Amino acid sequence: MTFLKTMGFSIVAMFLFAAFSNILPQVQSDAPVEEEIPTDGFDMAGMIAYGERLFTGKGTCTLCHNDLGRAPDLLVMNLSTAFNDRLADPRNEGVSAGGEGASDVEAYLRESLVDPSAYVVEGFGKKGSNDTISPMPAVDAPPIELNEVELNAVIAFLQDGAGWDPTVPLPSAEEAVIEEEPEEVESAEPETDPLVVLDNVYCAGCHDLEGSEADVGPNLDDIGTRMTQGEIIEAILYPNAIIADGYEADYMPEDFGEQMHTVELMVLVDYLINLSN
Amino acid sequence: MKHSQTLAATAALAAIAFILPEIAMASGEEVVSILEGAPKPSRGDYPVIAGISARTIAWSLAQMHLFLAAFVLAVPLFAISTEMMGVITKDDRYDTMSREFMKITMAAYSLTALVGGGLLLALLVFYPHLMGYMIKVFRGQMLIYAALFGLESITLYIYFYSWDALRRGNRKWFHMSIGLVLNTVGLTLMFVANAWTSFMMSPSGVDAAGAITGTVWEATRNPLWNPLNLHRFLANIAYGGAIVGGYAAYMFLAEKRAEAKAHYDWMGYTSNFIAIIGFLPLPFAGYWLMAEIYAYSQQMGITAMGGILAWLFIIQAVLIGTIMLAANYYLWSGLMRTDRGAEYAKYVKYIAVVIVGGFLVWVTPHSLVLTPSELQVLGGTNHKVLGPLGIMPAKNTAVNLMLVMTFLSFQMFYRSSRVATVSWAKQGNMVIIALYVIGIANIVGAGIYGYFTPTVYKVGASVPQVTTTLMIIVASVVIDVLMLRGAKTEKVHWGRMSERSQYALFVLPVAFTWLMGLMGYIRSSLRTNWHIYTIMKDNSSEAYIPTIGEAGNTITAITLGFMAIMVFVFWLSRLGATKQSEPKQEASS
Ligand code: HEC
Ligand code: HEC
Repeated sequence: MTFLKTMGFSIVAMFLFAAFSNILPQVQSDAPVEEEIPTDGFDMAGMIAYGERLFTGKGTCTLCHNDLGRAPDLLVMNLSTAFNDRLADPRNEGVSAGGEGASDVEAYLRESLVDPSAYVVEGFGKKGSNDTISPMPAVDAPPIELNEVELNAVIAFLQDGAGWDPTVPLPSAEEAVIEEEPEEVESAEPETDPLVVLDNVYCAGCHDLEGSEADVGPNLDDIGTRMTQGEIIEAILYPNAIIADGYEADYMPEDFGEQMHTVELMVLVDYLINLSN
Repeated sequence: MKHSQTLAATAALAAIAFILPEIAMASGEEVVSILEGAPKPSRGDYPVIAGISARTIAWSLAQMHLFLAAFVLAVPLFAISTEMMGVITKDDRYDTMSREFMKITMAAYSLTALVGGGLLLALLVFYPHLMGYMIKVFRGQMLIYAALFGLESITLYIYFYSWDALRRGNRKWFHMSIGLVLNTVGLTLMFVANAWTSFMMSPSGVDAAGAITGTVWEATRNPLWNPLNLHRFLANIAYGGAIVGGYAAYMFLAEKRAEAKAHYDWMGYTSNFIAIIGFLPLPFAGYWLMAEIYAYSQQMGITAMGGILAWLFIIQAVLIGTIMLAANYYLWSGLMRTDRGAEYAKYVKYIAVVIVGGFLVWVTPHSLVLTPSELQVLGGTNHKVLGPLGIMPAKNTAVNLMLVMTFLSFQMFYRSSRVATVSWAKQGNMVIIALYVIGIANIVGAGIYGYFTPTVYKVGASVPQVTTTLMIIVASVVIDVLMLRGAKTEKVHWGRMSERSQYALFVLPVAFTWLMGLMGYIRSSLRTNWHIYTIMKDNSSEAYIPTIGEAGNTITAITLGFMAIMVFVFWLSRLGATKQSEPKQEASS
């Protein structure tokens, strides 16, 4: 009898715990999947948009580069003054690296990415290292593992952010196969049918799209005539960066980047551009 | 008889003396030339057997093994302490109880080995590349582990079966030395196993490609090894205490005889005490582990605290809250045991308010994940009113207050059976009250300060809080001990407890087991899609981090299995103590 009572009691307690874990938001974090994305078609705007995507996605840069003071807030600060200051800083002579310091912005950024400790921004070094060791991992090494094209895209994004024209090379066809970032999505396999993607993210709920006549946001049927590929990507990933005339900020969700695979984003944008043709 | 035991124990000691340097020696000479690095199996290289989920199998077996092993290693640790208590206080109850602790352990021991063997087999079958590599990195250590396991079995059996033979006088000391050997071996076993787990999170002694560059000792002494050792050591004690508490509750409920009920009530009280002693420092050991994870890889640290796993800490808070509430409820019920308990019972409601309030603050999530439409209504991901409660300073304040209150519950019971006779009792009480008041003010103050300082200093604000909590505990223990020396003790009516309080005691093992399962899931998930972080990728089809719900279901299934085993063990040990009475003479009818 005691056996049954205590066991029954345990089972009830456990089911409460299990039930609780089932009512919380359910996210599955997938491992990176090798996917074919034709980056060779990218123009510089595409590279910049792609770099931005990497910055928040696979690169996991925003994990540290945000407003919590863990690392310079690259999305907010004035990048052109900051980068020029770094280049002019006597410490940039490559003291800690034992070599010559970076001589131009692209070189400085590349060094920041692949050899973060070569020059550590003042006050951000690892505790006790007196700014000689950076807490930032080399992003071309595991676990982040950006490849050459991805590094270039991120650099292009940062140069663009500083208001300069990116100096990095565009990807060639051989480098075109790149790795997809880890995603937090409900399904493991990315959708390639734009209509299915549209169904999932339901843009038509707010935008007039193929006759939905919703008017929370601007009409999307003719978006291809108003915006370039890069701008549309930007508008989806960062809706509040630029607010469309006559509409309000903060309505369009900011997490579409997390809801979609890159592939899905790309097919969706292609689909929207083709709608108006 | 005595000879063979002496011999066995000496052999055990000698073996340890022989084996320990062996581990240390591995640091000296061995320079190994495995240069090719970690294997890179592709998806097809992972054996698929009848569509079974390899990860679920390995996960379940590993977790089950850990539950059992944690219990089996922890109980001897405090059994020897309570045995010692028996010698010091000359109170035979301690000795009887220690032996009873060991009796439950014995029943679980063979299962531990069995599940451990199953785990090893599953790992070898499903993850041959990973295991092959681990064996290369840790070389002879795995053999030493096996040898130590054998030694553990021998000492465990000797320790238990020689209990009554070596119960009094000098022989008792001999018996306790066997216990010491047992615990040394047990801890060594755990530390070795921890080295393998922590190596998978923070590999050292290998280069970036995984080629072995260092000694076994260097791989063992990886950055997260010691934080994990401490964390598991404390958690094991708390866990072991919780489970024997569950045993005592079970027996209390099952027994009808008043004298047996009294015994199990006392055993439950002591076990709860042990569980809480192990539990109090656990959050701080947790901080250390987390801090070391950050220091090792900021990336990994933030993945844990800020990423997808952040939600799990909400569940953790719920479980810890459950444990605290149950333990406190049990303690308050205990005031029934003394005649003066009622005097203290009137304070219970205030303690309850603080604990429930702390619990609520603790489970308030920092940022709420919302659907677009909810977002429109709320206007942001942080709740305007609840938002500030979700951040660290508020949570730290809550947990410290809860710890202080739990301690207060203990202190009340302790005092309810004693009347101080020293002349300065009044002043002493004033000092203790002042201690609590100032301490609590300090904890709250530091929390408010932490709230208004930049993030980097927020962590700093938790240090004075922790120090204050410890100060209150240590200082009032010291004062109490001095003040209640030679106090007039009143009778404690052991066994005068409600049935409901026993269920509260039974919540502890259930919640603890579930909690440990959850923490194991978090710890493993930190490696994301790596078998060995940054060195060997997991390319199997199951390299994703499952959803919280999926994890919760798996953990529940494993916990259910474990609790079923435990309750069965309790039932068995009652059965073992039951004697059928002799059949009556036919003639009498
Ligand atoms: C684990 C935390 C972390 C991650 C992840 C991280 N960084 Fe950093 N990063 C830092 C810190 C801390 C600094 C400042 C210290 C230094 O100069 O290295 C820094 C500095 C930089 C700098 C130089 C900034 C300046 O003001 O000169 C750049 C550029 C940069 N990171 C880019 C990136 C990019 C791009 C990514 C993602 C691919 C990334 N970081 C990922 C922590 C991180
Ligand atoms: C909850 C409502 C909502 C949803 C859902 C939504 N949007 Fe929007 N969107 C808006 C609003 C409001 C604006 C105008 C304000 C702004 O620019 O942020 C906007 C702006 C835009 C713009 C810029 C248009 C311009 O003319 O400047 C694009 C492009 C866009 N959305 C695409 C999408 C796509 C693609 C989806 C589906 C993935 C989507 N939106 C889902 C509300 C929404």
